[in-house]
Amino acid sequence: MHVPPPDDVTAGWWDATREHRYTLQTCGSCGHVQHPPRALCTACSSMVDLGLVEASGHGVVDTFTEVHRAPVPGAAVPYTIARIRLAEGPFVLSTLDGQDWRIGDPVRVGWLDLDDGRALPVFHR
Amino acid sequence: MTGVAIVGAAECDLGNTGKSTLTLQTQAVTRALADAGLTLADVDGLATTGVSRFSTTQLAEYLGQQPRWVDSTFVGGSAAEMMVARATQAIDAGQASTVVISFASNQRSARSRSLGGIVEEHTPEAQFEAPYGPLYPLSYYAMAAQQYFHRYGGTREKLAEIAVAAREWALLNPAAFRYGAGPLTVDDVLAAPMVSSPLTVADCCLVTDGGGAVVLTTLDRARDLRHPPVRVLGYGERSTNTSMTAVEDLTVTGARESGREAFARAGITPADVDVLEVYDSFTITAALSIEALGFCGPGEVLDFIQDGRIRPGGELALDTSGGGLSYCHPGQYGVLLLVEAVRQLRGEAGARQVPDARVAVAHGTGGILSTHATVVLGVR
Repeated sequence: MHVPPPDDVTAGWWDATREHRYTLQTCGSCGHVQHPPRALCTACSSMVDLGLVEASGHGVVDTFTEVHRAPVPGAAVPYTIARIRLAEGPFVLSTLDGQDWRIGDPVRVGWLDLDDGRALPVFHR
Repeated sequence: MTGVAIVGAAECDLGNTGKSTLTLQTQAVTRALADAGLTLADVDGLATTGVSRFSTTQLAEYLGQQPRWVDSTFVGGSAAEMMVARATQAIDAGQASTVVISFASNQRSARSRSLGGIVEEHTPEAQFEAPYGPLYPLSYYAMAAQQYFHRYGGTREKLAEIAVAAREWALLNPAAFRYGAGPLTVDDVLAAPMVSSPLTVADCCLVTDGGGAVVLTTLDRARDLRHPPVRVLGYGERSTNTSMTAVEDLTVTGARESGREAFARAGITPADVDVLEVYDSFTITAALSIEALGFCGPGEVLDFIQDGRIRPGGELALDTSGGGLSYCHPGQYGVLLLVEAVRQLRGEAGARQVPDARVAVAHGTGGILSTHATVVLGVR
């Protein structure tokens, strides 16, 4: 699996995944939580008070789709892609194992270890 | 209201052409000018995308032009509608007198379309979305459909009517890719191979070569040209997202604000619209656009489109060319929405002509429900 290297803003978030810690960028000025990490807070525009805070790793399925055609040759289909609404507010994308998913199903974070030591969060029941 | 009109409109060759993008672009531009009774010597403004990184200079030089004004707003399928707004403003401001807006691609001949789309390595999506393998753009539209069904109790059967009606229109359009293919049934749509649930192959637009161009100039000049001027009555746009995780509610699109602004500028309401050309990249795209533009209330569109309402002869003439689903889809289909709207308003649409069409709306959608642009056109 190809996951591009982090940049200056996302490096801390990916570093936490090496210890299987799920974090979210949080603004110290206004308390806004956002994902992916950015160079500014989209709520108050602060560029100085942004930090990574341990997140619950819990969320619910906002919506999903079962992919039946591989976007790249050789990928095994079908598989399920979902938009997860995290307990802290932001949406993230994830794959979901298994079938019979429904909107509103609760999910929690798990990890898929990458060759370079980072880990990709993958949500599950 | 503006002081600008569309005076020329044309398609390039469509389907499986074996021609280069620049050849198809040249056809689109020169045919639209010929339709207007103008030549390249009359053109001082050029707007296009999809030719190369420097699309406008690429095309301008190819055509031997050094334009006074260019625009290469790159927002996917709503680009041509946004360009109408920008060209209208440029003409009203005197920065250009005659503008050509064009797009063409040879994506079927060149086999250049991929299900995964193009993800640029330096973007957040490359790190946080692409690793999960969504089809781009399809999986996002599929998730919007899934959310819409969940929220309002919609079904694949009801949504399929968008594709069924598009085919009915295409059967009346000799230029359509599916002209002569025979009717499409709801069962055909449901039985087609699933791509990204709940959307099957038949919920997805075609992949063809093609494109088109429109020519805009001042209303004063338009009155001396061959065809009755098709006036630019209003325009509006909204840009909402680039990733799959930014928008709160996937069932409401930026078409709501885009349409509201365009209709207000034109001084009309949906009830005044005789022809509605919306980008049908997928069945759900068209459905969400109809609803967001205010032709029905929230949660109502899947019932609203039933009983022949959007088929030929129905109450709402929708995607009268056959749309991206059954007529032509070269990518960034927005320019062909404008071409069809112009033909309907001039009464040139042959077997698919909507009687007494006076007001037409072209509404483009780009990216993953990312960009939305509405143009209101009218003839007296």
